[in-house]
Amino acid sequence: MLNLRRSLLLTAMLAAIGLTAGLAGCGKEEPKPAAKPADAPKAAEAPKAAPKPEPLKIAFAYVGPVGDGGWTYAHDLGRKEAEKEFGDKIKTSFVENVPESADAERVIRDMASQGNKLIFGTTFGYMEPMLKVAPEFKDVKFEHATGYKSADNMRVYDVRAYEGAYVAGMIAGKMTKTNTLGFVASIPIPEVVRNINAFTLGAQSVNPKVKTKVVWINKWFDPGKEAEAATALINGGADVLLQNTDSPAVLQTAEKMGKLAFGWDSNMTSYGPKAHLGSAIINWAPYYKKAIKDALDGTWKGETNWWGMKEGAIDVVALGDMVPADVKKMAEDKKAEIKEGKFNVWSGPLMGNDGKEVLAKDAKGDDKFISGIMFYVKGVEGKVPSNK
Amino acid sequence: MEQLASLIAATLSAGTPLLLAGIGLLINERSGILNLGAEGMMLIAAAAGFAVGFHTGSATAGLIAGAVAGVLFSLIFSGLAIGLVTNQYATGLALTLFGAGLSAFAGLAYVGKTVPFQTNFAIPGLSEIPFFGTALFKLHPMVYLALLLTGVVAWVLARTRLGLTIRAVGESPESAHAIGFPVRGIRVGTVAFGGACCGLAGAYLSLIYTPLWVEGMVAGRGWIALALTTFATWKPWRVALGAYLFGSVTMIQFALQAEGVEIASQLLSMLPYIATIVVLALVSRNPAFIRLNMPASLGKPFHP
Repeated sequence: MLNLRRSLLLTAMLAAIGLTAGLAGCGKEEPKPAAKPADAPKAAEAPKAAPKPEPLKIAFAYVGPVGDGGWTYAHDLGRKEAEKEFGDKIKTSFVENVPESADAERVIRDMASQGNKLIFGTTFGYMEPMLKVAPEFKDVKFEHATGYKSADNMRVYDVRAYEGAYVAGMIAGKMTKTNTLGFVASIPIPEVVRNINAFTLGAQSVNPKVKTKVVWINKWFDPGKEAEAATALINGGADVLLQNTDSPAVLQTAEKMGKLAFGWDSNMTSYGPKAHLGSAIINWAPYYKKAIKDALDGTWKGETNWWGMKEGAIDVVALGDMVPADVKKMAEDKKAEIKEGKFNVWSGPLMGNDGKEVLAKDAKGDDKFISGIMFYVKGVEGKVPSNK
Repeated sequence: MEQLASLIAATLSAGTPLLLAGIGLLINERSGILNLGAEGMMLIAAAAGFAVGFHTGSATAGLIAGAVAGVLFSLIFSGLAIGLVTNQYATGLALTLFGAGLSAFAGLAYVGKTVPFQTNFAIPGLSEIPFFGTALFKLHPMVYLALLLTGVVAWVLARTRLGLTIRAVGESPESAHAIGFPVRGIRVGTVAFGGACCGLAGAYLSLIYTPLWVEGMVAGRGWIALALTTFATWKPWRVALGAYLFGSVTMIQFALQAEGVEIASQLLSMLPYIATIVVLALVSRNPAFIRLNMPASLGKPFHP
């Protein structure tokens, strides 16, 4: 009897260990192509030439797999482009599937002690782990995506994804027949809440009758759950969906159920060509090039970089054929306005969905306002999850 | 009403991969073998099934390929754990990790691709019935096949000589061996059956449930299926009940959220796991109950 119990317990324990190990994933390093054979004799002829400087070692910590077709995939595209730009002046590596937990601290510390001088943490949850590791490695520069805390050698970079969400919202507002939009949301943090709001504001700017339903799945990446949430929203009457999760499952579910949706983070056209209204994409390459250049030139300093359509970090691309020409033009015009700095998504009067005025008429939301958004605007149903 | 019907349909779809994998692992465990490689087998099968589905354009071919991949992968387990009598727990865990890596590597070429066939089905006539049509008769054939499989497995286990043999091997491999049953052969067979079922479940995920291949897409369903067999105290119909129960918890949670019902989604996310723990606690309270249902030789090595 005791044996039985013990083996059951053992099973459970081993299963738990297996899960953690599975989540921890494994590191990968992309081998650089070997030096061209032509270089070798040249080097031999000129032995006095100064030795090539060691390449700058750069590491990326990713929350998902590079093959997620969304968030992490977009970061990795940026990494590859930077590698192309700087060639053998840099040497990049990445670790994927790093959970937003104590494991992240271990992985980031490993990266620093392996001689990486520039480290990118590409998800909100790495903020505290990076903050802990940064003081231990004064000569290493830490870059954290989408957070709000920094240190002497750790700075924050982010993108104004909400600009893409706003333009997507305008298209959704024109395309919806039920006047109900659906949003598959991941983790309740300001970054996500403001995308829900921007999507709704965009839709209401062209169609005041629109309301948005939200389902939170509390995960960044789980295609099954994302699909289930999309199904629930469609069953609840939504006919245009947007998601702030990392896989193309929402778009696919919309395709399957004959509704409309957007791609997010990367161009997702191929996953649901009939449902795909457009993709709100993030292009990390311009920022990664800047950050690496800063580090190479010795001009790296503590600052916050928050890039949007103006800097080429955000765009809405690949608008579908079902989008009428005038709606396409409207979206392009709005993109141009945002690029030229003529339009601010967070312009008063702005009402919360509890009926209180958040921004007065003619007031503009500054970056401090935007990074603290934890309420829904008018038109979003429900309440932001919290334990208060 | 229509919403409730859609909810039932979505629950049945969500529970199907859990049921398929759970029923395969149940047979596994009834013969005394615990294969913790379920998650890995499902991932391998999801990648293989997607690849074949993508190139042939046929969902059936993809599903068969998934099952075959599951069987092949399970043979590695058999070779190690049954042939060489390695520790079953460690072997299974190793295979899960191996499967996760191998599927990610092999599936690299298929990221961003989508399958050419359509995944909507309806049974002519029956699907026109109000309410029940939407709830029960517009599902993918695999949903019904999974239920049929459960029935067949329940019948085989309870009513046939084969079932009796499998159970005997699981209860006391020494006695079964003594009266001349090929214990190891039977176990290789049940493990292969488990592999085929996990393979079907994995291919169902990548071909039908969310028709795409992304790394790690099984997202812990293999582990839930393993928990399910214990949750069901090794009884086939209870596996089905548990699978749909776990499927429904997520769906109900999301449906409530979409309706704007204020309920902490984090709290609801815990429900399936709390349910498993509660059942485990209740079941373990009664030693006789465990002895009655749990295969006595589960997880123990057998030297002929």
